Amino acid sequence: MIGITSSVFWICVGFLAALSIAGLYCIFVSNNLIRILIGIELIMKAITLLIVLIGKMIDKTAMAQALVINFIVFEVFFITIACGVILSIYKHTQSLDVRKIMNKKNSEVSNG
Amino acid sequence: MILAGFWTGMARSLLRAMIGLAITSIAIVILMFLLDAQLAGVFELSVCAGLITVIFISTVSVTKPMNNKEIIERTESRIKRFWPLPLISIVGGSLIYFLLSQKTITVLSNAGVNEPDVRTILWNLRHLDLIGQIVIVIAGAFGVLILFREIKNK
Repeated sequence: MIGITSSVFWICVGFLAALSIAGLYCIFVSNNLIRILIGIELIMKAITLLIVLIGKMIDKTAMAQALVINFIVFEVFFITIACGVILSIYKHTQSLDVRKIMNKKNSEVSNG
Repeated sequence: MILAGFWTGMARSLLRAMIGLAITSIAIVILMFLLDAQLAGVFELSVCAGLITVIFISTVSVTKPMNNKEIIERTESRIKRFWPLPLISIVGGSLIYFLLSQKTITVLSNAGVNEPDVRTILWNLRHLDLIGQIVIVIAGAFGVLILFREIKNK
């Protein structure tokens, strides 16, 4: 591999795998909306690291950094809007629990 | 580093999870510096470890905290739901390690010999991305304005 030591590569791969699994598990298991968002954020961080790692592997670090900067801007946009939507949901339902929100929605639909 | 990621997913309190997220960001920044991506690392440190944590903490502070009874109930159910996470991570990590170690990773031998600086790439080659970024920032600002106006009106 060009410009990258084997130990750094495997540390990054291990970290990537752990972050992705932790993020996915957080999304699938958690019922709290903010915790689900934290899971998405963990996966986004893993993707950021993956872009840098691949950029280093093919020796195109500058291009990878440009992509990462774009990705970080998108990440902030996504988190800000998602937090706004979560706050809006909280104001309507007084809860962040997905089950409670779904129950409330179902009861509203059944009541017409 | 991996522990910070697990702590983010498994922490009882949301605030602790956010501190874990910030620590995970810092760990990623260290790896970015090791991978010679200093500019991306600085962005990650200031924006992801700083700004996103502040946004999350602001969101949590607006919502109502749980009482003691709820906390105890949630803790019990969380332990039941989250205990397989380290186990799944170890199995998944071992699987990924095994699959990757079986393959030889090929790289382009002549790539990046005359690669321009990141600033040149960002301003000259990827300027359309910058326009996209500006549009995204404006859209985000308007989105937040509309959402908060709606909340205020209610």
